[in-house]
Amino acid sequence: MRHILSVLLENEPGALSRVVGLFSQRNFNIETLTVAATDDGTLSRMTVTTLGSDKVVEQITKQLNKLIDVIKVVDLTEGEHIERELMLIKLKANSSAARDEIKRTADIFRGQVIDATPNTFTVQLAGSSDKLDAFINALSGASLLEVVRSGVSGIARGEKVLSL
Amino acid sequence: MELLSGAEMVIRALRDEGVQHIYGYPGGALLHVYDAIFQQDEVQHVLVRHEQAATHMADAYARATGKAGVALVTSGPGATNAVTGIATAYMDSIPMVVITGQVMSFLIGEDAFQETDMIGISRPVVKHSFSVQRPEDIPSIIKKAFHIAQTGRPGPVVVDIPKDMTTPTERYEYEYPKSVKMRSYNPVSRGHSGQIKKAVDLLLGAKRPVIYSGGGIIMGDAHVELAELARSLNVPVTNTLMGLGGFPGTDRQFVGMLGMHGSYEANMVMHHADVVLAIGARFDDRVTNGVDKFCPTAKIIHVDIDPASISKTITADIPIVGPARDIIKEMIQLVKGAQTGPDAEAAKQWWQQIDEWRARHGGRFDINDEGLMKPQQVIEMLSKVTNGDAYVCSDVGQHQMFAAQYYKFNQPKRWINSGGLGTMGFGLPAAMGVKMNFPDAHVACVTGEGSIQMNIQELSTCQQYDIPVKIICLNNQSLGMVRQWQDMNYESRHSQSYMKSLPDFVKLAESYGHVGMKVDKYADLEGAMTEAFAMTDRLVFMDIAVDPFEHVYPMQVPRGAMRDMWLSKTERT
Ligand SMILES: Cc1cc2nc3c(=O)[nH]c(=O)nc-3n(C[C@H](O)[C@H](O)[C@H](O)COP(=O)(O)OP(=O)(O)OC[C@H]3O[C@@H](n4cnc5c(N)ncnc54)[C@H](O)[C@@H]3O)c2cc1C
Ligand SMILES: Cc1ncc(C[n+]2csc(CCOP(=O)(O)OP(=O)(O)O)c2C)c(N)n1
Ligand SMILES: [Mg+2]
Repeated sequence: MRHILSVLLENEPGALSRVVGLFSQRNFNIETLTVAATDDGTLSRMTVTTLGSDKVVEQITKQLNKLIDVIKVVDLTEGEHIERELMLIKLKANSSAARDEIKRTADIFRGQVIDATPNTFTVQLAGSSDKLDAFINALSGASLLEVVRSGVSGIARGEKVLSL
Repeated sequence: MELLSGAEMVIRALRDEGVQHIYGYPGGALLHVYDAIFQQDEVQHVLVRHEQAATHMADAYARATGKAGVALVTSGPGATNAVTGIATAYMDSIPMVVITGQVMSFLIGEDAFQETDMIGISRPVVKHSFSVQRPEDIPSIIKKAFHIAQTGRPGPVVVDIPKDMTTPTERYEYEYPKSVKMRSYNPVSRGHSGQIKKAVDLLLGAKRPVIYSGGGIIMGDAHVELAELARSLNVPVTNTLMGLGGFPGTDRQFVGMLGMHGSYEANMVMHHADVVLAIGARFDDRVTNGVDKFCPTAKIIHVDIDPASISKTITADIPIVGPARDIIKEMIQLVKGAQTGPDAEAAKQWWQQIDEWRARHGGRFDINDEGLMKPQQVIEMLSKVTNGDAYVCSDVGQHQMFAAQYYKFNQPKRWINSGGLGTMGFGLPAAMGVKMNFPDAHVACVTGEGSIQMNIQELSTCQQYDIPVKIICLNNQSLGMVRQWQDMNYESRHSQSYMKSLPDFVKLAESYGHVGMKVDKYADLEGAMTEAFAMTDRLVFMDIAVDPFEHVYPMQVPRGAMRDMWLSKTERT
């Protein structure tokens, strides 16, 4: 099953490599990983999506917690949560038919064209990973030139907060 | 406040941490630190002959005392030579602080002379590591390193120090912190009372209970409590290889080591148990054999300070996270206060059954009156000559298993061996680390002619510092453990498991200024060994010829249940 883990860790040099190293060392899978400092500059917030049985994910959570730099780990998929991923996608758009088709599809998905040349469009789209996949599928008629995805960021719904 | 250079702060911080010996080897990146060592005499430096030995000495000091040992090695090759020792400590959860030199900070990343990314190389085998970025952080980093190494589930910590952090002319205010507070590191300090209560209820209702305890009892100083709990419940106790000495080896309730080379009775007890209380043990694959067939009728209670050890390989029915000693104490109170004690009739039957199993095998081995000595006989003699209270520091191989099976450890922290990594070459430096800190104790290094040659150069260190350990080399002229597997699984094709061109160990020992002895008849063994241990101020290398064809038994049948064992070359359960 797919799990989304939220990790709060010290914003220290080397902390990220410890987390990434742990996954490869212990043969855990990483689907996506995002990380950045939080409003508190001494803390980083990481979101990892991983595939694994409950037993494996339990081990991942425990092993992550064991890393000295890690402060808290939460499996967002255990409760109600929101996940978002950002995608930038560059498409060939050299005919008006292609341009219309891309714009229409982007509208349906609430994406925006953020850059254009006579031959290309670049669309920005945010949403769950499924939605981004669906957008790519919907555009199967157009030719994709480049896809950049940020990986998932997640947060719990409601009043639950992951903080110190 | 006193002003000290980074180099001086390193040594001062070690002193303030109570460190007496550091084991190391100098090099360019550490020259400032070595100059600071020269200018004081409170922290004694022991110069090894290979950095691996420095880490094993520090590690063995920790195993014998419970306190973190310290190794000091230079950048590049010094650091990489230390990696095996760090991994050895990591796998057995041993507290250790390894200080590594590093190239100047502004050269890092430029493939500078003797640069290696030690933080990166050691990352998978450390509990944590620090890279010093400002000299004034040295005291607090060293304080944290010891704190992390020694608390919770212990482990090795690396402190990497670029040379420019130790410049003698740059001085800073020095103060050694009294305590550590880390928001991201707070090991569990007590077990969950509700879980402990459930565990005790289960144990009191059990008909065929067993305690399976490991290294966590030794490092967690819980042997006294363990014995009390075992007595109050009248249950058999088995120990892992790492747990030997955690329960008295000569006690009636002790059924021996369990696992791959465990005793017949220990493995039978485990297989038939209805409740297994695992404490400070991690269900290693050398213990469980086939996990799907492991203890088919048992409910499992697992006490461990590291949540990640619990339900990693075998799912626990009652997990309890916390320090063994406090949890056992709480269990003892509950047993005492319980309205009904353990089921006496069931206990009687259980012990009857166990005694039958004991009689069936009981660690027997065939003695050959004509031919060569059996390795088991040598260990039994060692046990006799040292009254069972020597520090036995072992290398890795058949001799290690024989030592584990036939030396009766009645005290914790006396059996010092590499279990998790199985590092050949561990034994001699380990014995040295122990002997330096317990000069009046008998310290034996049980080794094989293969293992001893992996750190034989340390005979020189022993001469320099007068470290009179006794080396008991079970010389079977082969990599016996490998050969045994080849006999059992590869139709005796002994691919590269023989030892040709062995040195004359007697002359070799003598050339380093030590005493060498060769023994090839059992009749001479007791006299020679007694003489060796009587020479309290000399290192004695006993080269003892043993039967090269001997196998270690029992041996579990791969992927079988606990009870599936070979009992000799021809007998199977
Ligand atoms: C050739 C060879 C053969 C071997 N054969 C066998 C064999 O037949 N049988 C065998 O048992 N082993 C054998 N081993 C050793 C094996 O590989 C493992 O090292 C060993 O089984 C692990 O022991 P342990 O479970 O006690 O764990 P350790 O590695 O000692 O780990 C200790 C556990 O206790 C926990 N702990 C630490 N401190 C505390 C505390 N204060 N409170 C609570 N918990 C704590 C830790 O978190 C950890 O989970 C062999 C090794 C070699 C090299
Ligand atoms: C550094 C290292 N290399 C290889 C091994 C694999 N290995 C395990 S036991 C063994 C043989 C040990 O031979 P010896 O020291 O003579 O002991 P014996 O088994 O003969 O008693 C080997 C090669 C190991 N454990 N460690
Ligand atoms: Mg040998």
